[in-house]
Amino acid sequence: MNKIGLVIGREYFSRVKKKSFLLTTILVPIVIIAFYAIIIAITIKGGSEKRTVAILDEAGLFNDSVQTKDKSASYHLIKNETEASYIKKYKDAGYEAFLYVPKFEPSDVNAKPKMVLHSQSSISLSTSGDVEKLVNKSIEDKRLQAQGIDPAKYKSIAADVDIENTIDTKEGGKKSVAGVAYAVSFACGMLIYMMMIIYGTQVMRGVTEEKTNRIAEVIISSVKPFELMMGKILGIGAVGLTQFAIWIILIFGMQLALPLIFPDMLQQLNDSASAGGKAAMAAEVAQGLSSLPLLKIGASFLFYFLGGYLTYASLFAAVGSVVSEDQNEAQQLIFPILMPIILGFVIMTKAINDPNSSLAVFGSLFPLTSPIVMMGRITYDIPLWQMGLSMALLIGCFLFFTWITGKIYRTGILMYGKKPSWKEMMKWAFKKS
Amino acid sequence: MNLIELHHIRKYFATQKAVDDISFQIEEGSIFGLLGPNGAGKTTLLRMITGIFYPDNGEINFHGKKFDPLNDAGNIGYMPEERGLYKKMKIGEQALYLAQLKGLSKADASARVKEWFIKFEMESWWNKKVEDLSKGMSQKLQFVTTVLHNPKLIILDEPFSGLDPVNANLIKEEIFKLAKSGSTIIFSTHRMEQVEEICDHIILLNKGKKILDGTVNQVKQDFKENIYRLGANVLPEHLMTHIFEVVKHQPDQLLLKLNEGTTTNNLLNYFISQDVTINSFNEVLPSLNDVFIKLVEGTTNARAFQQI
Repeated sequence: MNKIGLVIGREYFSRVKKKSFLLTTILVPIVIIAFYAIIIAITIKGGSEKRTVAILDEAGLFNDSVQTKDKSASYHLIKNETEASYIKKYKDAGYEAFLYVPKFEPSDVNAKPKMVLHSQSSISLSTSGDVEKLVNKSIEDKRLQAQGIDPAKYKSIAADVDIENTIDTKEGGKKSVAGVAYAVSFACGMLIYMMMIIYGTQVMRGVTEEKTNRIAEVIISSVKPFELMMGKILGIGAVGLTQFAIWIILIFGMQLALPLIFPDMLQQLNDSASAGGKAAMAAEVAQGLSSLPLLKIGASFLFYFLGGYLTYASLFAAVGSVVSEDQNEAQQLIFPILMPIILGFVIMTKAINDPNSSLAVFGSLFPLTSPIVMMGRITYDIPLWQMGLSMALLIGCFLFFTWITGKIYRTGILMYGKKPSWKEMMKWAFKKS
Repeated sequence: MNLIELHHIRKYFATQKAVDDISFQIEEGSIFGLLGPNGAGKTTLLRMITGIFYPDNGEINFHGKKFDPLNDAGNIGYMPEERGLYKKMKIGEQALYLAQLKGLSKADASARVKEWFIKFEMESWWNKKVEDLSKGMSQKLQFVTTVLHNPKLIILDEPFSGLDPVNANLIKEEIFKLAKSGSTIIFSTHRMEQVEEICDHIILLNKGKKILDGTVNQVKQDFKENIYRLGANVLPEHLMTHIFEVVKHQPDQLLLKLNEGTTTNNLLNYFISQDVTINSFNEVLPSLNDVFIKLVEGTTNARAFQQI
């Protein structure tokens, strides 16, 4: 038992002491924060380039100039041209696109004018959407006027209702924010998905390295193969947890430190939040977070990360033990292991939207997908029996896989030469020791 | 007293009788040579002695008790033929780690590692990585890690491959010292001249079976062909006699094979009667190389796959 501790220690410290570990661990949150900062900076400054659209208005839709609140685009009315003649010119005149409005009666409710937006390359969705909105609004205004309704009055009549979802708990109602719950679920599932693959392949590479270096032979003469395998798996798992811990501390730390480093930024944020924008959103996110059962989410995340990692790591270790230097062999064998992980990710994205569908329930019980899929349901109320069954199945699956793969590993780590067939591996797995 | 005894050990793989009913004993403090052509089953046998493999059949006794791989591991040092060290790990840490795996406490391990590093002039290596070492250097390191914990049984599989004569000698001296201080050494190699120089007792394996077992001298006696070397200043041109046959004729030396039923005295009398001044006369024993080739030759070189 003492020896497995030594193995864990070596696996752990040899990775944590590496410069690359420190670099990725510290760089990743910095990149995330920098990414945030850039996005915020861009939104504060506003769009860099204005879209310019020329409009040839034969219907008299726009009076003399185009009125728009859209700051990212400017529209210009063209006079004394025809559609055919201006098609050749709008590019040289510096316009990105050219809208042709044929002659029609805007106040006629049954009019179906055929408008065309010309451009040199395919236009972005937002541009065409903006243009459509602009045209529709002008037509609506004309029709309102034709009916004798004041557009300003009409606007004051239009309804704009926000429906708020309150979760009733014993402590009273909490305001729920669907977007925040969605983001938390997705982030947790994504993290488990990535960590299982990243650390699983690290286990595999570590095992293959020991095998091809022939150090396994030296070590197995003093440690049981199973201890060597578990030591490696647990050591690398501890590296993963360390990385999580550092990230969490760093991200919180950076978010606290950011306003101190850039005191103007918050000010600018507040300024630009004139129409209840950013500041209100931040408050809403905070409120959404506080409505979530964070402790439950955190504990489940930890459990499913460990359960999922341990289950898959033993499979990755078995693959590592049967292949030699040839990377292609490993690729072939990894594929069946990656399949359920990817499947889990796909089911997770569905489960977020529909947490009680039979697919989501199945995915969160089936132990090969449950670590990821359960994260997709975690912000919702999951029946206790489902949670319990899912956890029990995951633990059972982990024990079974470790038992089987331990045997494959024991034989594989000392075999050189040809890669064994599936049949041979099955034979090793179920052989009585 | 025997340190280790093997009784009818057998290990079959899917297509090979890798070790087929082998028994032998090794006396404590002796240097034991395990010989055999490629694929004879040496490595498999060694892996069973180190507890890496379990035999299908038979029994291994270690120090008078049934061999228990887990508890006896600390008494065994194994240096496999294909060297194994972590390439990216610092050398000092690696030696410490391997010693601790053998059951030494951290303080003990550290003291021993330092002692051996000084002995082998490796102190400056401590913070280097294995990938920075030449093949010979990593060989030395591997040897140190094998004997660090002062094991009762040291198993060396081709310990000199890749070493220059100076370093080979350094390790050879250490092997003798270790044997003198009571360690038992199993030495596996194809290099017969090293075996003759180092080993007390040898066994020869071929195709999974033991085909020879004895001390080096005994084996040589068993395989001798009554060949003698006789040196003289002037040798007669023609030697016609029923006492011996001339194997090789050189100006001042003769290699003679004694015929059946004659003795060396008959031979010497013959030369004396021919008035030859003899200045040297000695028996020529076969080298282990000759014995090895004689026993193994003719059998198929690489082992064929067989049905079991």
